Amino acid sequence: MTHWIIAPVILPALLAPFIVLAARYHIGIQRVFSVAGVLALIAIALGLAWQASDGTITLYQLGDWAAPFGIVLVADRLSTLMVLLTAVLALFVLLYAIGSEWDNRGRHFHALFQFQLMGIMGAFLTGDLFNLFVFFEVLLIASYGLMIHSGGNARLRAGVQYVLFNLLGSTLFLFALGAIYAEAGTLNMADLAQRVRLIDGTETVGVRLAAVLLLLVFAIKAAVLPLHFWLPSSYAEAPAPVAALFAIMTKVGAYAIIRVYTMVFSPDLDVTAGLHTTWLLPAALASLAIGMIGILAARHLDRLVAFAVIGSMGMVMVAISLFTPTSISAARYYTVHSTLAAAALFLIVDLVKTGRADLSLIAQPVIPGAALTSALFFAAAIAMAGLPPLSGFVGKLLVLDAAFTTTSAAWVWAIILISSLIAVVGFSRAGSVLFWKAKAMPVVEDPEQEEDVLPPATLSYVAVGGLLALLVAHTVFAGPATRYMTAISNQLFNPEPYIATVLDTPGKLSTPKEGY
Amino acid sequence: MELLVASAIGILTAGGIYLMLRLRTFPVILGISLLTYAVNVFLFASGRLSVGAPPILRDGIETYTDPLPQALVLTAIVISFGMTAVVVMIALGAYLGSNDDHVDDTADIQAAGSEDAT
Repeated sequence: MTHWIIAPVILPALLAPFIVLAARYHIGIQRVFSVAGVLALIAIALGLAWQASDGTITLYQLGDWAAPFGIVLVADRLSTLMVLLTAVLALFVLLYAIGSEWDNRGRHFHALFQFQLMGIMGAFLTGDLFNLFVFFEVLLIASYGLMIHSGGNARLRAGVQYVLFNLLGSTLFLFALGAIYAEAGTLNMADLAQRVRLIDGTETVGVRLAAVLLLLVFAIKAAVLPLHFWLPSSYAEAPAPVAALFAIMTKVGAYAIIRVYTMVFSPDLDVTAGLHTTWLLPAALASLAIGMIGILAARHLDRLVAFAVIGSMGMVMVAISLFTPTSISAARYYTVHSTLAAAALFLIVDLVKTGRADLSLIAQPVIPGAALTSALFFAAAIAMAGLPPLSGFVGKLLVLDAAFTTTSAAWVWAIILISSLIAVVGFSRAGSVLFWKAKAMPVVEDPEQEEDVLPPATLSYVAVGGLLALLVAHTVFAGPATRYMTAISNQLFNPEPYIATVLDTPGKLSTPKEGY
Repeated sequence: MELLVASAIGILTAGGIYLMLRLRTFPVILGISLLTYAVNVFLFASGRLSVGAPPILRDGIETYTDPLPQALVLTAIVISFGMTAVVVMIALGAYLGSNDDHVDDTADIQAAGSEDAT
């Protein structure tokens, strides 16, 4: 029996209460258990990814109830890749939080962190739409706590906006689920994939409505224009390690779009034909453009990075909305890149913040540890803007290549190339103001303040350097990586084995095949 | 009964959206609550409306109501209840901290936002 699939959900779920209850006042024990938990998660995720890498789809029936009736967890190539990415990202984010003492600036950082991981892992692994909603709520409620970690007025105000926007998103999600259930009578994704094909062509209003509502919900999570308003202020105000972990949360939205709209409402389905090309592609292109323009227009470094996240999500969504096998695999490659690059940038913002009065992009005296920080910023900015030699360039090339044969190639090429140029200009402006013009500034008059500011801890640099090393590895091994991403999209565009695995695996209540 | 339930959902949603578009936190939270009530009734209705029908198997009964939406509604109620409590607490914290309960950020808050607020 393949009980391992539920381990990425169970492990954080058990670890978090333990940290709250048993190690409440001992930050050292919390750190040890949190890091050990994340290391174990990486090991489990590696095992799951290895298991899924040859194309096997493994199923876990909770309580041994068969698929349309019980909840199932499904591990295929895509979900195990996302689980592995989350676990690896979590390790470096956690190391940074420990190195920079962020976890000690308020209570319960580690417990909330584990709950957040539980929600993200569950969202990637579940095979049931209502269960997806539940895991969304788990990750959201943990993220509310993390978002306002260590308090402060500006952070609380941004937190209120963030929570309200996501509550609205959850309500929309429920409306979509209700509409789907009313039309199809099931919320299991594999079952749903079969049933939407049976819906009569004249009675598609409900299904269309549900498909669009669901797309809206996932677009809110993925911060696609015009539903991106929550992202800049909440990501900029969130504590740096939390913002870095949030880099994976927008990808949960992208993942859900890929999963639901390849399997259930696939492009060849008449009911939802045109949804991707007519609506999603322009929105994705617009958010790519807005993100990159935001990089140039931002007056604060944290907002700049938040807009870079919107832009890179736009790029992922452009690739997704083209909806060909090559574009989906390009989207997967770019997702991994964009997660790592965004997380590294958020951590670097925090490195810059130590030693500066604020993060506004005006010249201020040299920060401690400027040489190393500026080198890291340089590398991360190159990756994010998509310049050679780092993986952003490879990812962008893959997206451009995937768009080449489609009808909207001209638009996609123009917007991607122009917005890249804008991003390069924006990042170089920020970098030169932050690091070069600082040299021209007079040394601060009061020396006693200068002594207080220590350069960031070595562990912080190790965490950021680790993320960048992963980016380099993602570039060096781009060949094997793209081959694997192609395998993923092959699996996604042939959902029959997935559906068969989910529905035909015996369990309780599985016998009456004819009587729904 | 369809008309009654449908118009209840519609009125709740309309009121909820109107209140959500207000500028201060209290009406916005009320609006969110109204919306969650609307969605709960909507979920309940998604299993078809029937009166006096049992949700579980009994001897000698022909018509049943769908039990799944009831389970979904229960989950949704619990989650929305918890979420509302969380947002009330965060909003109270924000209000007591800055003595201002507007949901949007004004220009000076945005400028102050970049400074470390710890």
